[in-house]
Amino acid sequence: MSPADNEKLDQVFSAIREEAEKRRKAFREAPVPKIHIGMATCGIASGALETKKAFEETLAERNIEALIHPVGCIGHCYAEPVVIIDHPDSGFPPIFYHEVTAGKAKMLVKLFLEEGDPRFEHILGATVENDLIPSVMEFSRFNQEKRVVMEKCGYIDPEDIYDYIAEGGYSMLVKVLQLTPDKIIKEVRNSGLRGRGGAGFPTGKKWELAMHAEGQIKIVICNADEGDPGAYMDRTILESNPHQVLEGMAICAYAVGANKAVVYIRAEYPLAVKIVTKAIQQAKELGLLGKGILSSTFDLEIDVFRGSGAFVCGEETALIRSIEGYRGMPRHRPPYPVEKGLWGHPTVINNVKTLASVPPILENGATWFRGIGTENSPGTAIFSVVGNVVHAGLVEIPMGVTLRTLIFDICGGILNKKKFRAVQIGGPSGGCLPADLLDTPIDFDSLTEAGAMMGSGGMVVMDEDTCMVDVARYFLDFTQKESCGKCTFCRIGTHHLLRILERLTKGEGQDKDLEQLESLSEDIKTGSLCGLGKTAPNPALTSLKYFRDEYEAHVKEKRCPALMCRSLIAYYFDLDLCARGCDACATCCPVEAVFTTSNRKKGVDQELCVKCGECMVACPPEYDAVRKVSPSNLVPVVERAPEKK
Amino acid sequence: MNQELTTEEQAALKNIAAKLSTFERQRGNLIPVLQMIQEEIAYLPPETLKMVAEHLGIFECEVYGVATFYNQFRFRPPGKHPIKVCLGTACHVRAGDIILENFERKLEISEGETTPDREFSIERVACVGCCAMAPVAIIGETVHGQMAPSKVEGLLMRIEIEKEMEEREKQKNESGR
Repeated sequence: MSPADNEKLDQVFSAIREEAEKRRKAFREAPVPKIHIGMATCGIASGALETKKAFEETLAERNIEALIHPVGCIGHCYAEPVVIIDHPDSGFPPIFYHEVTAGKAKMLVKLFLEEGDPRFEHILGATVENDLIPSVMEFSRFNQEKRVVMEKCGYIDPEDIYDYIAEGGYSMLVKVLQLTPDKIIKEVRNSGLRGRGGAGFPTGKKWELAMHAEGQIKIVICNADEGDPGAYMDRTILESNPHQVLEGMAICAYAVGANKAVVYIRAEYPLAVKIVTKAIQQAKELGLLGKGILSSTFDLEIDVFRGSGAFVCGEETALIRSIEGYRGMPRHRPPYPVEKGLWGHPTVINNVKTLASVPPILENGATWFRGIGTENSPGTAIFSVVGNVVHAGLVEIPMGVTLRTLIFDICGGILNKKKFRAVQIGGPSGGCLPADLLDTPIDFDSLTEAGAMMGSGGMVVMDEDTCMVDVARYFLDFTQKESCGKCTFCRIGTHHLLRILERLTKGEGQDKDLEQLESLSEDIKTGSLCGLGKTAPNPALTSLKYFRDEYEAHVKEKRCPALMCRSLIAYYFDLDLCARGCDACATCCPVEAVFTTSNRKKGVDQELCVKCGECMVACPPEYDAVRKVSPSNLVPVVERAPEKK
Repeated sequence: MNQELTTEEQAALKNIAAKLSTFERQRGNLIPVLQMIQEEIAYLPPETLKMVAEHLGIFECEVYGVATFYNQFRFRPPGKHPIKVCLGTACHVRAGDIILENFERKLEISEGETTPDREFSIERVACVGCCAMAPVAIIGETVHGQMAPSKVEGLLMRIEIEKEMEEREKQKNESGR
C-alpha cells in the first residue's frame, strides 16, 4: 500500500478512536456510581441476571442514579456473581464484591450507594492500591496471574465495540494494514507463539505455509469447538472480549491473504454465538470488517458456523468436513489444511486463544512475548482449574509455573481440607498426574513427557475421594461415544477398554485385565488416524502407571480405596453415634432405603440403597454417624430391614 | 420415531418449508438447515429430513447420516421441560451421575427419553461450561448449579406447582369473564 493510503487509514481510524475515547470519558467522568456486573454464562448461571435486575429495581426505587455496565467474565468463577462498584463520592476506591446475590445487591445499593458504608464483610478487595482497603492484587489468585489474552476480559462490555477500541483495540489491525504480510509473519514467528489448541504447532510457521500456499481463495477458521469436558476458556474469551479474537482473525487473514473467515463455535454456547455475531455486525458497521476495511483494499467477511456437538470436530480436518456439510470424520494428512482445506482452498485453522494472543504480541513486540514463559513455550497458558479446588475458575499464568504453585498457591488448594490425589490435565486426551509430579512445570513439552498433555487447558483437581479407575472409565466412556467410527482400533478398541474398566469398577475384574488394558491401549494409539484415537487411552494409561495399586485393589480385593465405585461400597450407620429419633437421613433418602431399627436408630436397607451419599451429607455434624466401607461385604449387619408392604 | 404430528407441529412444518427456500441449494447449508428446523420444532421429524433432501438435492439417507452423526440433533420430540444433566469431568467428580439417576428414577424414564405426557425429557450433555458450579443440571433454560440428589425432587415439584398455579389462574380468569 502506498503511503498516501496509510494516511487515509490512520485518518479513518482516528475518527473511530476519538468517538470511542469520547464515550469512555463520558462514562468515566459521569458524576454517578458505576456498577460493573460480570454477565458471561457462568455469571448468569450463578444468578447475575437476578443481581442486575435487583440493582436496577433498587436504584429506581430509591431514586439513585448509577450506571450499570455489563462486562464479561473475569475468570474468578468461585466468586460469581462478581460485581465491581466504583463510587467515587464515597471516598473509597473501586471495590470488588464477590457472590453478589439479588439480596446483597439491594443491600449494597442502600448501604453503600446511599449511606456510604461499603460493608467490609462482603468485599473481596479493592481493584487499585489504596490506604483504605486491601487490594485484590495482594491475593495470590490475582497477583500470580499474568494476563495477556484475558487482560481485558471482565473489564469491558463485550457487546460494545467502542469499549474495546477505547482500550486500544483494533489499533494493531490498523498498524498491520500498513505493513507487508512478510513482516507480520516474521514478528509472529519470532514471538515463538505456539498453537493454543493443544498440539502446540508454531503459529508463525502455519501462517507462512498458508501464505505461500497456491490458491486464489484462502480461508481463516477460528476453532471454538471447545469440546473437552472441563474446559471453558474459549467460551469465556468469546463472551467477554470477542473483538480481540476478531482482530486476531483479521490480522491473520491479512497476513496469509485470505478474504473469508469462519468462527466455528459449539452450538452448546448460545451466548457466545450471540455475542460474536453481534460483534461481527458492529465491526462491519464501523468498517473494521467487510469490504474495503478502513477504506483500504483489504476485504474480509467473517461468518459464524455453529458446530453441532461432535467432539471429534475439534480436529481440524473433521471440522472442515462438518462445515462442508458432511459427517465430521477426520481425513488423512497430508495434504494439510494449509494446502488444501475448506472447499479445497488453503485454510489456516487457529484456536481462539492463539488468535486472541496475536494483537497483544504485535502491540508489545515479539521480544516482550518471549520474555514471558519458557524458552520453548513462550507466553501464557490459560487453564480452567475446576473440581475439588477452593478457588476454581480460569487462570492465566506464564508457561513454566509448576502445577503445585497453580493448584495450591494460586487456586487455594483442595476443598474441605482433603488430601490431593491427582490432577487431570488436557481432558479426555490428557492424563492424570499424581502428587509426586506436582513440581512439573506447565509447558507443552514437560506435560507431554509426564504423560499428560496441554490439550485445551482443562484441569480437574481430584481429592482423595476420587477413584482413579472410575475417572479412567469416565473418560473412556466419553471418547468411546465420541469416536467417529472411521478407524477400527478407535471404534472397537475404545469399546473394549471401556468394557474392561467397567468390569473393574464393578468388582468383576480379572487378573489379566490390567495387561490387556496396557497392550490394547498401545494398539489403539498406533492404529488411529487422528488425535482423538491417538490420545484416547491416555487417561487409562497414565492412571495405570501412577495409580497401579488402586487398580490392583479393584481386581484382587474387590475394594475401591477411594470409596467411590458404587458397586464396591456400602453405607451404614454407626449405632453408637446415631441419635435416637433424628430423621435427617431418612427424609432425604431418595429411595427410602433408611429404616428405623427397634431401638429407634437408623439402618440402611442395602437392597434398596442406590449409594448416592445424601444421608452422609444430611447427617448432622454433631452425630456424624454415616459410614462408607469397601468392599461392600464388610458392612456390619445389625438388624434386617423390615419387609416392605 | 413414528409419532403422529400435532397440529402445532404441522403448522411449524409449513413455516419450515417457507424458511427452507431462503437457503441456497448448497451442501454446506445442510447443518445450518437442520439446526434451523430443530429450532422451529425442537426435533427432526422424518418428514423434515425428506424436505431437506429434496431441497438440497441429496439423498435422504445422506441427510439422515449427517443428522445422526451430531449429538445436537434429536429424532424424538423433547418434553416441555427438557432436563439436561451435565456429565462433564468436574460434574462427574462431584457425582453428576447420581443426579442423572435421580431424575430418571423420579420421572420413570431413562436418558434420551420423553415422558408419555411430553412434559419432561432427560438428556445427558458433555459439558455446559459451568464447571466451577458442578454438578450442574439445566431445566428448560435455567442452569441449576451445585445440584444434590435431594434437590431433584424439589425442582420437579416446583414445576408441578407452577403448572397448577397457572391452571388455577387460567380458571380464575375464565370464570371471571
